[in-house]
Amino acid sequence: MNPLQKVAAIILCMILVLIVLATILVPTPYARQFRDVPNAGPSIAHPLGTDALGRDFLSRLLYGTRVSLLLAPAAALLSTVIAASLGSAAGFLGGWFESIVLAATDLSLALPWLFLLLTVRAMLPLDVPPMASVIIAFLIMGLLGWQASVRVICATARGVRDSDFLLLARSSGCKPARLLLRHVAPNLRPLFYAQFWISIPLFILTEANLSILGLGVMEPMPSWGNLLRGFEDFPALAAAPWRLVPLILLVTVVMCFQLVLPSQEVTQ
Amino acid sequence: MIKQEKASKLFRNVLRRLLFLLCLGIGGALLSATFVRCAPGFGVQERELDPRWSAQSVEALRQEQMLHEGLASFYLHYLVALAHGDLGESDSLKRPIRELLRQRLPVTGNSVVRGLGVAWLAAALLASLGLGSRGWLCEALGTAFSSLLLSLPSAVVAMLAIHVRAPVFCPISVVVFPRLHRYIRSLLVRSYDQPHVLAARARGLGARPIFWRHVLPSAAPSLLALFGVSFAIAFGAAIPIEALCDSPGMGQLAWQAALSRDVPLIVNVTLIVCLVMLAANSFADLAGRAFAENNE
Repeated sequence: MNPLQKVAAIILCMILVLIVLATILVPTPYARQFRDVPNAGPSIAHPLGTDALGRDFLSRLLYGTRVSLLLAPAAALLSTVIAASLGSAAGFLGGWFESIVLAATDLSLALPWLFLLLTVRAMLPLDVPPMASVIIAFLIMGLLGWQASVRVICATARGVRDSDFLLLARSSGCKPARLLLRHVAPNLRPLFYAQFWISIPLFILTEANLSILGLGVMEPMPSWGNLLRGFEDFPALAAAPWRLVPLILLVTVVMCFQLVLPSQEVTQ
Repeated sequence: MIKQEKASKLFRNVLRRLLFLLCLGIGGALLSATFVRCAPGFGVQERELDPRWSAQSVEALRQEQMLHEGLASFYLHYLVALAHGDLGESDSLKRPIRELLRQRLPVTGNSVVRGLGVAWLAAALLASLGLGSRGWLCEALGTAFSSLLLSLPSAVVAMLAIHVRAPVFCPISVVVFPRLHRYIRSLLVRSYDQPHVLAARARGLGARPIFWRHVLPSAAPSLLALFGVSFAIAFGAAIPIEALCDSPGMGQLAWQAALSRDVPLIVNVTLIVCLVMLAANSFADLAGRAFAENNE
């Protein structure tokens, strides 16, 4: 790790500690309305002011950070598991299975991802409780975000398939399932970790885009995307520059994730 | 003789690609038909809920909607209609989807092409300049700038564009630029570090001839492939940008269709976008191959 990566890792750790301690740091529930102080500026009671509905902005920011930073890694984990299973099996088995998996991957890679997400989201109900919207966002990102990783994992698994140790294990009578789980998968583990880390910033940005468009996490549940919706009103933003904090936090986190990512040699 | 062989190989590749696109189009159409059929409220009309309609009239309405058709017949009808350019009707806008696409596709196409043009120009220029100097400061500044842009959600870029009253293609180019810059830079650096380029530099060849005669030709096939991919990135970015900038294009149409759960519309929009993307990718891939073969 170079010094810059260390700094990025420390910032990420600090943000993680902050969201874990959110309940202690800000005891105000994120949905509680202080109707006598809507659109208030920073004060001791509300360090980042309140929004148009009188909800404490700091509380919403911390809980929103928690939602976004739990949702993105969860979706990244799901997509990595799918990519790892499909990619390793396709690379290891080869033949028609590999051709089908790669053709499906090529097809979905050719399609802009947001179009695919919108199509699937349109099939599902929109008027759902906030928690259900979080689960839907997590599932559609996780289930549809595996394509790019599959290609990389499949290519590496193909290389492992022809290795000597696998030939030896095969000649010793090792069954394909055991070969895949005990010999191929452990050799691909660094790649799985890399793909997982790469997916996190991508899913953070996707959640933000979906929520800004009203198709991600639903109100009153906060998320970075929901908090960024206020950016449409620029005159209000100029009068209350502390509202920029969610954007600064999002950009910082995504940049930190990009910095701590493994080098391109590992990931491609 | 060699030229003829090359030409026939290229022709075979083109045919194979066209066949692949045709199969994919049919597969995509069948999938779209399945989505449309499985969509909530398929074949149900609001008129059916009106108590003034008799049972016979409701039955006649359902017959009109072909609800009693078998699945195979439904798919066949869908494919035949599609072959005639009939993509059905939008549930929310109550207009033929074909007409909507005819209106919206040129708007998005225009924004995407202009946005891509600006993004490619800026990314190529910055990457080439960085290649010439290759100092740590230049490299760090370029990387920091593109990382910053990469960390911004495209919807936020769109909102900033509204604020500065920039045309729609500007946010598209801002979203596409950092992704292109990263890849173009990496491709050029890889070509620049090849042994034959090193030999040319050792013999005292100038920076410009090295770039145009040695670096660019070896990176060109990958750059052409990247050109195809950049279309998908730009179209993807067009959804939040057009939705927020109120530009009447495909992105806004897809967003409106998703919000109103207009499954026939969004499925057909996605199918058309998918075919456009695949055609662009195939074209870029074929051009790359032709270029590589000519250089051999």
